Parts: sequence; C-alpha cells; structure tokens
Amino acid sequence: MKHTLTCVECPMGCEIEVVTENGAAVSVTGNSCPRGKAYAENEVVCPKRVLTTTVRMTDGRMLPVKTNLPVKKAELLALMQTVNGLHPTAPVHIGDVLVKNISDGADLVAADNME
Amino acid sequence: MKAGYDIVIIGGGPAGLAAAVAAYDSGVKDVLILEREARTGGILNQCIHNGFGLTRFKESMTGPEYAARFEREVKARGIEVLLETTVLSLNQQREVTAVSPEHGVFTVRAGAVILAMGCRERSRGALNIAGSRPAGIYSAGTAQKYVNIKGYLPGKEVVILGSGDIGLIMARRMTLEGAKVHAVCELMPYSGGLKRNIVQCLNDFNIPLYLSHTITKIEGKERVTGVVVSQVDENKQPIKGTEKHFNCDTVLFSVGLIPENELTKSANIPLSPRTRGAVVYQNRETEAQGIFACGNVLQVHDLVDFVSEEAEIAGRGAAQFVLKGAHPRESVSVENGRDISYVLPQKLDKNASGDTKLYFRVARPLKEIKFVLRCGEHVVLERKKRVAVPGEMETLLLKESQIKELSGNVTLEVVE
Repeated sequence: MKHTLTCVECPMGCEIEVVTENGAAVSVTGNSCPRGKAYAENEVVCPKRVLTTTVRMTDGRMLPVKTNLPVKKAELLALMQTVNGLHPTAPVHIGDVLVKNISDGADLVAADNME
Repeated sequence: MKAGYDIVIIGGGPAGLAAAVAAYDSGVKDVLILEREARTGGILNQCIHNGFGLTRFKESMTGPEYAARFEREVKARGIEVLLETTVLSLNQQREVTAVSPEHGVFTVRAGAVILAMGCRERSRGALNIAGSRPAGIYSAGTAQKYVNIKGYLPGKEVVILGSGDIGLIMARRMTLEGAKVHAVCELMPYSGGLKRNIVQCLNDFNIPLYLSHTITKIEGKERVTGVVVSQVDENKQPIKGTEKHFNCDTVLFSVGLIPENELTKSANIPLSPRTRGAVVYQNRETEAQGIFACGNVLQVHDLVDFVSEEAEIAGRGAAQFVLKGAHPRESVSVENGRDISYVLPQKLDKNASGDTKLYFRVARPLKEIKFVLRCGEHVVLERKKRVAVPGEMETLLLKESQIKELSGNVTLEVVE
C-alpha cells in the first residue's frame, strides 16, 4: 500500500511517500534526512507525538511540561487526564522528571524553571 | 543603573537576549536590556509546544526551554537586565526614556541602541466583521496566554479564523484541554502556517480546515453564540449561498502579526511598507546611525531560530559601531521583483565586510521556479526551488565579493 505523508520532524515539511507490505514500511521516498525516514516508518505503523501541556503548581502558577520522547498519538487525550491531576511544588527545573515512564518508556518532564 | 551604556537593547525576548550575548562576545561588555514584563523570554514563555531550536541546535525544545538557553548565557556574562521597564520614547541621539516601578521615569544614553520589541497580533478591528461585541472573541495569542500562563480555558466550543501558526497551535492546545474546535477558516486558498502544524495540530485531531472561507457574521449579544462562515471568490468576496453556521462560544483570530514599531516611528526612523519594520543594512543598522533592529520588530519570522540568527547579526553590528564608529557607506537598494513580497535587508552597503544572507518571502504559492537576483541585465545569483509558499521564509547567500561588484540597485524576482 502507498501512503503520502507530510513529515512533522522539522519546519521543512517534506512530502514523503511510504510503501507498506503487511503493515510494515518497505520503501520510503521524498524524505530529506534520516529523521524523516524514521518518522515515516513509524507513522504508518504507530504514529507518535511528543505531548506538551501545562500543570498547575501548588502555588497556582502554570508549569510547562512535556514527554521526553514521543508517545502514541492515540493516547494523547487519555494522558492529559493523568497530567492534569499533577500539582508539583516549586522549585522545579527544566528536565526534572514528574512522572517516570508515563507511556512507552517516555517520562513526563518539566519544560521550564520555576523557582 | 548608570546614566549611559555602550549598548541599550529594547526588549528581552529571543531577539534581545541573543543580541545582548552577541554584542558582549564581540567585545562590548557594557550592555543593558530593558524588558517590559516581569521575566525575560518574551512570547516564548507562553509557547509551550515543541519544535523550537531544530534548525539551530538540532533538537526540539519548547519555547521556555529555548528561552532558558539564552537567559543562561545572558546571566553567565553578567549582562544587566531591567524588568518591568517600559520604554516610553527614543530619539536619534540614542536617548532612551523608560519607566519602571523601581526607578520611576528615567533616561539612559546609549552608544548604540538595538530595537527588539517583537510584534503584536492583528486584531478583529482590522477585519470589519459584522456583529456586536460579545465576550468570547480573542486573538489566538491572548487565548494562548490564558491557557498556558494563567491556566484558564477561555471557551469550550471554538471556531478559529486564520490558519497562521498560532491559530493552528491553539486549535491543538484547546482540543487537548477539552474544548471542541469546530473549524479553522482561512481566507486565502492556502494556509499561512507551517505544513507540520497543519498535520500535527489539525489532521491529528480531525479538525477541518476551510480554505477560501471567512467568518461573515459573529452572533451573540453578551457572549458569542455562533458564527456564519462563507466561501470567498478569487477576489476574497463572500459568495452568496455558501453560508455555513457553527454554534460556538469562542472565536479566535489568527490573522497575522505586525511588527511593533511605535518607538521606531516616534524616532522618525524610516520603515518599509512591505515588512512594516525598519529599513536596514546588512548589519541590521537602520537609517538612523547607531540604531539597529532585529527579530520580529524588523520582519515577522516563522522560526525563533532565525530570530536568534538575525539578533546576533544586529548584536555584532552594534558592537562594531561602538568599538569602531561609523564608516562611510556606499549603498544600493534591493528591490522586490515579480512574485516577491519583500527582501531584507533592503539596503546593501558595498563597504561592509562579510557575506550576507538575503531573507525574503514569495507573494503566492509557487512550484518549479528560479529565484533570480539581477543588477540591470546582469544576473548576480540564481537558485532553483521546487516549492515556495508565502508562509515560509526563503534565503539566498550573497558573497562579499558579489556585493562589492554591484554597479547599482538589484532586483530579486521569481522566474517560472
């Protein structure tokens, strides 16, 4: 089967063509870099995205957070439920792990410094 | 705080921070940043999505993470920053008057000034949409501030006008937070946002994008209750009979950004009608000697990576001016030719050293074209391009030797 994708790895937005056989990618064309190839291969099997959102800290401020690896796209809304229940306390620093292995081996980490 | 600084930078967002570091590293240590908000980082603080830094650092960061890198560099150099400080006026003698709760109204003299005030969003008022003035109408950036900084969801049922990147990002953001985004309407037959944002912000969440559509009526008296959306013809006029109705409580506008040049105008610094930012030379010096500009106050960028790059040019330029003074210029203009909406810098100084990257945008989506820079009949430079769209900035590298050989004004044009 032939799939046409727009790569989301970087702002170039390459149009990539992927041919799959039995659900696995057998050829990738149109990508400009190895990241695009990896993106396309995953995208036709199990699309993944980095989740970025905020959590309210105990002092009321909003802390930006993200998953440090992409997680399954289909799980994003469900993960929001878990994330919105978190209320960390300052100080928090970029990279601090808030939830270990929130999904697929990805940790939820702080994406800003809050003293 | 002193009465004078070698370099005063107006704005502590990504442009101001990068300019400060570059100026310092070029040998000018006496630098002051004036920032209106209570923290530096500017708009990056509310841009919690990722994708920043891919071009520059080859990694994908969130806005606050990208800002933190530069804040760390500024701090490491001991560069002075005044927060909650609003600049009130600027003149060509490089006197900057500002006000803050801590210092009241004060004036500092600057050896060089770098303008880094960023841009603001075009408002509903600029669009002339019929309807009263109910609650529930926001610019996309205001909604972004409510959600990401204040922690409030400004509405549950949303229609977005304009497919600029902030609108696309907010479509995803509000969906994740539990709102239903019914439609994104775009007046033009193509999106003004990055392709990756169409995919990951709209397609991922099955949010429809209506191209060549606009909102023709906003309904509701106290609060928005719905909108009427119509298709437009090639002259952007609504077509009768194509009206669609959406029930919604919120309308977001993502209809363009305008460089914030009130201070620049007050100092009588010439602006370009195309970019709505100052006219500049390669080193980002404006027509006012010793006053430089960079980032979104100069031209609205797609990527912060390019803002940083441009700010470093301005930072180095300002440092050079402080250390060596002005040099006599021999300048030519860069004209916008066929299908080019603008080119920056608008002026090339033949006496300046170093290669120069021309930044430009095409006026409409194009395929299989050539960018041609000519000086009269002579072709200075040309480059093939498979696809070009107005939403994505293009660049051409012009060598120092090519600039020195120019015999007059140059024109950049598209050849199909």
